[in-house]
Amino acid sequence: MKTTNSLGPGREETCRKRGRRHRRVSLTPYLFLLPGMLLFLAWTAYPLLKAFQISLYDWNPIPGQVSPFVGTANYTRAFDDPVFWLALRNTLMYTIVTVAGQMILGLTVALLVDRVVFGRTVFRTIYYMPVITSWVVVSILFKYLFNSSPAGLVNYLLVDVLHILPDYVQWLSNANTSWIAIMSLGIWKGIGWNMVIFLAALQSIPTELYEVAAIDGANGWQRLWRITLPLIRPTIVFVLVMLVIGGFQAFISIYLITGGGPMQRTEVLLSYMYNQGFKYLDFGYGAALSYLLATLIFGINFIQMRFLQRRIEY
Amino acid sequence: MRYRIQRQLGQMLLVLVLSIGAVFVVLPFTYMISTSLKGQVYVFEFPPRFIPSHATLNNFASAWRSNNFGRYFLNSLLVALVTTALELFLSSTVAYAFARFEFPGKNVLYYTLLATLMVPSMMLIIPQFMLASRLKLLNSLTGLILVYTAGGIAFNTFLLRGFFEQLPRELEEAALIDGGTHLTIFLRILLPLSTPALATVAIFTFLGAWDEYVWALTTINEPLKRTLPIAIANFHGAHASDWGLVFAGSLIAVIPVLTVFVLLQKFFIKGLTAGAIKG
Repeated sequence: MKTTNSLGPGREETCRKRGRRHRRVSLTPYLFLLPGMLLFLAWTAYPLLKAFQISLYDWNPIPGQVSPFVGTANYTRAFDDPVFWLALRNTLMYTIVTVAGQMILGLTVALLVDRVVFGRTVFRTIYYMPVITSWVVVSILFKYLFNSSPAGLVNYLLVDVLHILPDYVQWLSNANTSWIAIMSLGIWKGIGWNMVIFLAALQSIPTELYEVAAIDGANGWQRLWRITLPLIRPTIVFVLVMLVIGGFQAFISIYLITGGGPMQRTEVLLSYMYNQGFKYLDFGYGAALSYLLATLIFGINFIQMRFLQRRIEY
Repeated sequence: MRYRIQRQLGQMLLVLVLSIGAVFVVLPFTYMISTSLKGQVYVFEFPPRFIPSHATLNNFASAWRSNNFGRYFLNSLLVALVTTALELFLSSTVAYAFARFEFPGKNVLYYTLLATLMVPSMMLIIPQFMLASRLKLLNSLTGLILVYTAGGIAFNTFLLRGFFEQLPRELEEAALIDGGTHLTIFLRILLPLSTPALATVAIFTFLGAWDEYVWALTTINEPLKRTLPIAIANFHGAHASDWGLVFAGSLIAVIPVLTVFVLLQKFFIKGLTAGAIKG
């Protein structure tokens, strides 16, 4: 969606230029391209193709050793692997919960910050802080907050301060409660990003629309559903697509908080892929898993863009 | 009059609700800071205290000195700075070629670049690891720099090309007539006009390199080559119960970033919302 915008005017210009210059091929553009493209080709394009090749072999990581070609065996192995399905289910669940949580809370905060007069920059800064803090640090921090002892902050708040829970919880020794820690981290860290994007969209809505609606007697709720949300629809789709991509790539928080445990119950696709590759040195299976993940992300994006994106007229 | 009072009440309610939310956002950070100021005996005191009863900077001193965090800090700084400089140079030259030239293969190359934006970066880690091992780039900060830089080229080229194409061409055409080369035009005209876009690229590249964990975790084994994120995670593994020390180390990594963010906010926000608003 970004591409169409920035290519539009450029394309006209280049057509004009082409006519004037008689298509003389010059070396100059290639010299400008060379260093950057070399690095890109070596570390992104080539690995992308190489990963596919590896996924078709029972890859032997020791140099010089023979790696037997196994065709699609690594892919069919995934379909028969219960941990793969569990990891897939966990990934989907994590994505759905954190994307919904981030979008709802992020949009709510954006609507409030958009209207507040006092301290707008301060609020924006505070809500954005978790976004720029490293995943490693906040993962370890949440592990500490969800500590099982009574002095763990979450336990203390829920049991002794708010009296919501009757007893202290061993958060990280059980898959379900581990997910609460992991997902609340995902949502907490993402609200600020959602807020900033939604805020920019809200500020681009012409205020006359609200004035007209107010004259017509629309209340706040109606204005939200009839004016605001339809007008920021492209942004909602953009945020959704980006967050889903992000959700499927959840790794560091899970790797550091539970390590996929207990008993691989909190494994997600990337943590499973990483373990296959670098714990069991099964590069072939790891590469196959990464291709399955990429295909999944590609497919879901395609469906989202196809069905959700409609042209909007101001 | 009644309308004004209503509005003021509304504003107060807004501030109240936003403040409650802000408390939940800030709470983990403040607790991290207070834990880092506590001696080991006080870390698990009950009830938990936000304001330590015996505040001390010992954890910071011990993290920085005896636990090598000074070294890791320098490693991270070096990697992030060199990555940022390389990224600025490489993505702006590539973007310039795409923005101002017609050449055979242009569209194929550009769309190859764009297509990789949807690829999760971790998907490439196995072949990247093999390549790094063949090029003797394991256990090497150069290996980190090259992979971080390469990882950003597609997106930053896309961003800068969009920016370059919005700039008027008249100046450049005049410079060409006056006998300037494309290199001087690029360096003397285009880059100075593009400082806001370059600042955005620089900030996000620096932040990405400063925080990167997975590639460093996979390729760096030698203790002296660690960057801050792996040092913190390792540290947490080794001193699992010494939370004060772990968070002192974490804050050494986090505080510079937060400071820069508060100072350069406007570039952060601009970079984030570039291209995101109009669908």
